[in-house]
Amino acid sequence: MDIIKEGKGELLGWHDPDEAREWVLQNKSRELKDKTMSAKEAVSRFVNDGDFIASGGFGHIRVSMAIVYEIIRQKKRNLAMAGKTAVHDLDVLVGAGCINKVEVAYSFGHELRGLSPASRRVVESGQCKVVAETSNAGYQWRFLAGMMGIPFIPSRNLLGTDTGNYSSCKGVKDPFSGKPINLIPAAYPDIAFIHVHRCDIYGNAQIDAILVEDFELSRCARRLIITTEEIIDNEIIRREPWKTAIPFLVVDAVVKVPHGSHPCEMPGMYYYDEDHIAEWLNLSRTQEGVDNYLSKYVFGVDSFDNYLKLCGGTKKLNYLKNRELLKEPMVAPWRK
Amino acid sequence: MLIEDRYNTREFLAFTGASVLEDKKTVFVGTGFPIIASMLAQKTHSPKLVIVFEAGGLGPLLPELPVSVGESRTFHKAIAASSMHDAMSLSQAGYIDFGFLGAAQMDMHGNINTTVIGNHDLPQSRLPGSGGANDVASFAKKLIIIIAKQSKRTFVNNLDFLTTPGFLDGPNAREKAGLPKDTGPYRVITQLGIYGFDEKTKRLQLISLHPGVSVDEVIENSSFEIMLPNKVETSPEPTDKDLRILREEIDPAGIVLGK
Repeated sequence: MDIIKEGKGELLGWHDPDEAREWVLQNKSRELKDKTMSAKEAVSRFVNDGDFIASGGFGHIRVSMAIVYEIIRQKKRNLAMAGKTAVHDLDVLVGAGCINKVEVAYSFGHELRGLSPASRRVVESGQCKVVAETSNAGYQWRFLAGMMGIPFIPSRNLLGTDTGNYSSCKGVKDPFSGKPINLIPAAYPDIAFIHVHRCDIYGNAQIDAILVEDFELSRCARRLIITTEEIIDNEIIRREPWKTAIPFLVVDAVVKVPHGSHPCEMPGMYYYDEDHIAEWLNLSRTQEGVDNYLSKYVFGVDSFDNYLKLCGGTKKLNYLKNRELLKEPMVAPWRK
Repeated sequence: MLIEDRYNTREFLAFTGASVLEDKKTVFVGTGFPIIASMLAQKTHSPKLVIVFEAGGLGPLLPELPVSVGESRTFHKAIAASSMHDAMSLSQAGYIDFGFLGAAQMDMHGNINTTVIGNHDLPQSRLPGSGGANDVASFAKKLIIIIAKQSKRTFVNNLDFLTTPGFLDGPNAREKAGLPKDTGPYRVITQLGIYGFDEKTKRLQLISLHPGVSVDEVIENSSFEIMLPNKVETSPEPTDKDLRILREEIDPAGIVLGK
């Protein structure tokens, strides 16, 4: 196949498919074993400086914030992050100085709430580099190729645009139709962290919501930390196996963290904590504000439970549940 | 200028967005105005409009305005809560009639920038990037773009970065690049008017002016030359019922539409 076009973006997290298979063979246990551990242990065992990381969910939805905070607490550095619509998680991690490279599909914004002061400031000053551009489908299909164990997947997006020119894709002539087609390279993040509604101690996980990209991401990531609202018996998994979104084979750690997506949403359970997000958006206008936020909510607490108490405790959590269930009206404290 | 009497400009934009949608079609929506316009269309002339969200919400009955295109509202009473792979594959395979996006900067061929102002590697202003915009503009049969503030700064000759494809550099450019056949921008909606694209040149062409807006205003508020039709229409106005639905059912807090 003749290469018509070559994106100039940095190719993050790609491996030769045989090398990828070999890595799986050497490193992923097939044994049904108890993988429960603390967030602290999971991050210290599986997140290394310089890793290419990916966070599950979407934007402010079903985000493993417990792991995000722990990465900051353990001062991991020089991470490259998948901006696969990574918003609050990425903003806080970039603000904390953990990330120096991002491949962007959608980042640096909080959708209706406006742009992200912290991560934009760091990117605009050159401390964190956008090393490649892509789109949401572009990222999604990087994960799909990775999970399929193939080097790339053809697609018909990104063509003719600067997004494509700054991506890590290549354009070729399709040998079947004769038309130009885009080739999206596989991605194998070193580590992914995904928040789920429930799983067993082995990591078999159920998600009561859209899966977004997590079906593919869970399977292509080399290491996977699952944080969960609840731990259930393996018997319950086996009773309704069609509900398993993520099988234990791909999971390395299981961390029980009720409300572990806060201040982001957990579908069906609790809505965004708009007050908390507004506080972050307001404080993060300056680096001093970022430092204050982090010292209060990340370095100043020793458990996720204590963090939740600081954010308003049971009263706040009950409100977020009612808000999720449409029993409370919409609020927008971030609106200028 | 639009006469703000019964409605404000943002309400008018939302109504205009709804007016270009059709019943028994699919619409793939971005954050903000596109969602509001689709909700209004569904509650008025297009009850069977199927709203598609990129993160996997297919055909929801939206109970309130979602802040994000991935939150639980986007699959409330939906026909499916699937995945991005599903939503994007359906789009690429031809199941999406309308793509609907907001944008900050556009050129005469309907190409959009939402990535960066200034130099890419050391930007003057970094914006969020494509998100699902490049995908929906590549795949949807007809793309609708809302630009809330048309001006010389938003209607530009040269984009700083071509994030999302319109007609690229003109006729046949999309096909030449490998994008799906017979796709591309269909309507552009601003605070001044409704636009389409000239068949031959694929350049922006005025269709109608909002009540109170003059052709001169349209021309003054663009860096590129806008093609004018032989006869300029007047954009339709929202009824009291449309406004009531927008204010009471869709955005009672005035988050997007204001108070």
